Amino acid sequence: MAVQYDQSSPIYLQLAEKIRRRILRHELDPGDKMPSVRDMAVQSNVNPNTVQRTYSELERMGIVESRRGQGTFITENEERLEQLRDEMRQSQIASFVEGMNEMGFTSKEILSGLTHYLEQHEEASTHDTT
Amino acid sequence: MIQLENVSKRYLRKTALTDITFTVPPGSITGIIGENGSGKSTLLKLMAGLVRPSHGTVSFHSKKVTRQIANQVAYLSERELAYSFFTIGEMMNWQASQFVDFDHTLAHEILDFMKLDPKTTIKHLSKGNQARVKILLTLARKAPVILMDEPLSGLDPMVRDSIIKGLISFVDFDRQTLVITTHEVDEMEPLLDQIIAIRQGALIEQIAVEDLRSREGVGIREWMNQTYTKATNH
Repeated sequence: MAVQYDQSSPIYLQLAEKIRRRILRHELDPGDKMPSVRDMAVQSNVNPNTVQRTYSELERMGIVESRRGQGTFITENEERLEQLRDEMRQSQIASFVEGMNEMGFTSKEILSGLTHYLEQHEEASTHDTT
Repeated sequence: MIQLENVSKRYLRKTALTDITFTVPPGSITGIIGENGSGKSTLLKLMAGLVRPSHGTVSFHSKKVTRQIANQVAYLSERELAYSFFTIGEMMNWQASQFVDFDHTLAHEILDFMKLDPKTTIKHLSKGNQARVKILLTLARKAPVILMDEPLSGLDPMVRDSIIKGLISFVDFDRQTLVITTHEVDEMEPLLDQIIAIRQGALIEQIAVEDLRSREGVGIREWMNQTYTKATNH
């Protein structure tokens, strides 16, 4: 039902993050038209002013472009989107590593643990599909 | 746009509000929050021109608010609908006869959205659907100011969700300004531009919700827990 937002950071940034993830998953492709501010507000259960702020933030980051009288579109600048993929991977890795460091794991332990986990995970998913 | 300056309200022996000053910017959604009996409803009634301040001024577009403001303010009261023997359709016609800004096309869109049948008699509606009718009657008016007193109070999650979605869908933010008193802060939070927090009739904070989150790193509920508990310890 209602979309959940966590309490600790501004909603417009959380909404921007959700949209960036949808772009990485190719639910939104380069050149796609974004929903109107009102439609996005209804879908996400937020104030239209918040959506406006989210779109401005994404525009500032070069991820969307607003075209006068036509609406907001995902950028067709593939280079920028490739860079976005990198940025998001880096930031996810950074928070994972930070958490592991807090628990005292060494780089070596993190790497071996991750490799082990991925191997098991891949095995499990191949079993699922066959 | 709506401005309160040093507003106090005293009833015979009881002080309801003390020296309240704030401005509600146009095109925004403001949530008035606070404990039971803190003066939220009185504040809303002052803005609706239903109650006169004992001190200070309430103004709308720099003009003093009086009873005459009713044609510019769509006010949703906490009370139940008055004419329970009317059908929804009759109720809509009655509302249209009282307020020239009532928009029938918009009313029917909201009717469809809320999945209501205009032929149903009000008293035969569930509590949730009665609440939906109240929302319909308020939102179908193209009034520059919409004031809602506890629109989600006592309703189940499905109804609350449809009311919130209704607000986002049908309020025209280029032309309308919304002020809501509420206890349901978690559900309302993503909808609010700013909050006005009052405690025992006094204003304790007016802040943009996103600023609260970036400044304090908390949402409204957590902030209320911290702030209101602190104030009690004094």
